[in-house]
Amino acid sequence: MALPVDIEALDKAFSGIGVDEKSLISILTNSNEEHKKSLRKGSSKLFIEDAKGFERSDQSSIKILKHQFKRFRDAVMLSVLHPWERDARLIEKAIRKGPKHYNVIVEMACTRSSDQLLGARKAYHSLFHHSIEEHLVTHIKGRERKLLVALVSAYRFDGPGVNEDVAKSEAQILYEAINNGEKNKLLDHEDAIMILATRSKQHLQALYQHYNQSYDKTLAQDLEGEGILKDTVECLCTPQTYFTRVLEAAVKEDADEESKRALTRVIVTQKEQLVKEGFIPNKIQDILLGLYKDFMLASIASGDIK
Amino acid sequence: MATIDVPEQVSVLADAEALRKACKGWGTDEKAIISVLGHRNAVQRKQIRLAYEDLYQEDLIKRLESELSGDFEKAVYRWVLDPADRDAVLANVAIKKLSPDHHVIVEISCTRSPEELLAVRRAYQARYKHSLEEDVAAHTKGDTRKLLVSLVSAFRYDGEEINTRVANSEAKILHEAVKDKEFNHEEIIRILSTRSKMQLMATFNRYRDDHGTTITKNLEGDSGDEFLKTLRATIRCLNDPKKYFEKVLRNSIRRVGTDEDALTRVIVTRAEKDLKDIKELYYKRNSVSLDQAVAKDTSGDYKALLLTLLGKED
Repeated sequence: MALPVDIEALDKAFSGIGVDEKSLISILTNSNEEHKKSLRKGSSKLFIEDAKGFERSDQSSIKILKHQFKRFRDAVMLSVLHPWERDARLIEKAIRKGPKHYNVIVEMACTRSSDQLLGARKAYHSLFHHSIEEHLVTHIKGRERKLLVALVSAYRFDGPGVNEDVAKSEAQILYEAINNGEKNKLLDHEDAIMILATRSKQHLQALYQHYNQSYDKTLAQDLEGEGILKDTVECLCTPQTYFTRVLEAAVKEDADEESKRALTRVIVTQKEQLVKEGFIPNKIQDILLGLYKDFMLASIASGDIK
Repeated sequence: MATIDVPEQVSVLADAEALRKACKGWGTDEKAIISVLGHRNAVQRKQIRLAYEDLYQEDLIKRLESELSGDFEKAVYRWVLDPADRDAVLANVAIKKLSPDHHVIVEISCTRSPEELLAVRRAYQARYKHSLEEDVAAHTKGDTRKLLVSLVSAFRYDGEEINTRVANSEAKILHEAVKDKEFNHEEIIRILSTRSKMQLMATFNRYRDDHGTTITKNLEGDSGDEFLKTLRATIRCLNDPKKYFEKVLRNSIRRVGTDEDALTRVIVTRAEKDLKDIKELYYKRNSVSLDQAVAKDTSGDYKALLLTLLGKED
């Protein structure tokens, strides 16, 4: 007979992000058929009583398990690929999967350096025989298209020498676009798109400061609920806020699969940044399991290795 | 094919010395400058600059700028620069004009290869501490701005693959846009700035086959419309750059008072690329050789340099 503690352990091995491989080995290899039968009977998530008198696997739950087992593999792949190929593949996948994934495109375009983004564009040519812009316009028909194409095409200057007057006046342009016009028309606002897609990050960060000072709220706050527009501003001006938000969403109770995948992506691709920002994995480590957990925590721990 | 005539053996040290000699003392020996620099390719010119800097602790370009003047100086300056740097300078000059030269931006973004355009963007940043697209955006407006920013930001796939279905559907879209004269600018800009050059040529050919005339003929019209003008230049550059350049040359010489800027720009930027083919087109179109037309319309050292770049033997 399986003890309740075993049943609980089996459940627990699958109830996080990743899979507790060690625990599974110890439970399952020490189980005879009797034991396994009671494990199945006791597991409400994975097995259901079949009319023909056996404990049948719940295929939809098993399918979800597949994601959990895949996490370690995905982490390895993300980690070993050349950053250009990695980012190109992430972008291509996001384009294919649809609107809920467009933030990944924004993330790639706005949190990478100008040269890294160029590299991803080159890799995209090799891998997919089209430019990113071409695929964006082919697969995205919605209003986000303009902004996404513009962001992905940018080769921003990276350096000092911001013209504060221009930054201030452009903050005003954005303010007026958000507050006077209809917010959902922002994606069509040519000047706003030009500013966000062509100005250097230093310039935009100065703009962000001016906005805050002039209007008593941050640009991000004013774009609350505006999906990729808010993501764009955060990625360009306050990337640590964006990444923290993504990580926290990944470990929430009701996080969906995509949110959880973001955990792998952010930790693997941003580990140097995370370490610099003093990121402590307390909040997330409790929910991580197994080899996947080891990989994630070790990534952060080694984040300052050049 | 290129027109410049480069000797088999080149000693950049000897060249640097010769240039120094040409600049020192009373007056400048412009002929010597032309006879050296006019017969060196981009790699050699770069090495000569480095050798000159090594030997004399000064920038050859700055020295030449101070010794020379007028159209000759402008031409030498542009000729000596690295191609990407040169394009960055040309773009900046075009943008900063009171009434920006949109067609120069189109030329640079549409006739250079994708990798060359990337190099121009890098060179532009290094020189001007802004991105090229940022400056274009700041100095243009409306649909022209949308078109130009999209063109300079493009990193086109450079493969040979053509999708005939896409060529068909996009030829249709272009025709609809052109016919309506409302010009759904978004779609035109989208097609022209994202597709690969091979794909676009297939689309233009399809257009011509379906409608009996080329798309550029269908775009003839109000020359006051800046967007239309820029659009025509874009399609010409993408469809047949040599023909485009022949026309620029023809117009620059035909004018009462030659347009030296345009003449210099085309000769300097194409001398190492396809100026020979452009010359043939020019002759076919005008029944007089480009060399003769340039000789007739220009003078002095400026003329001598242009003719050298055109391949005239010393």
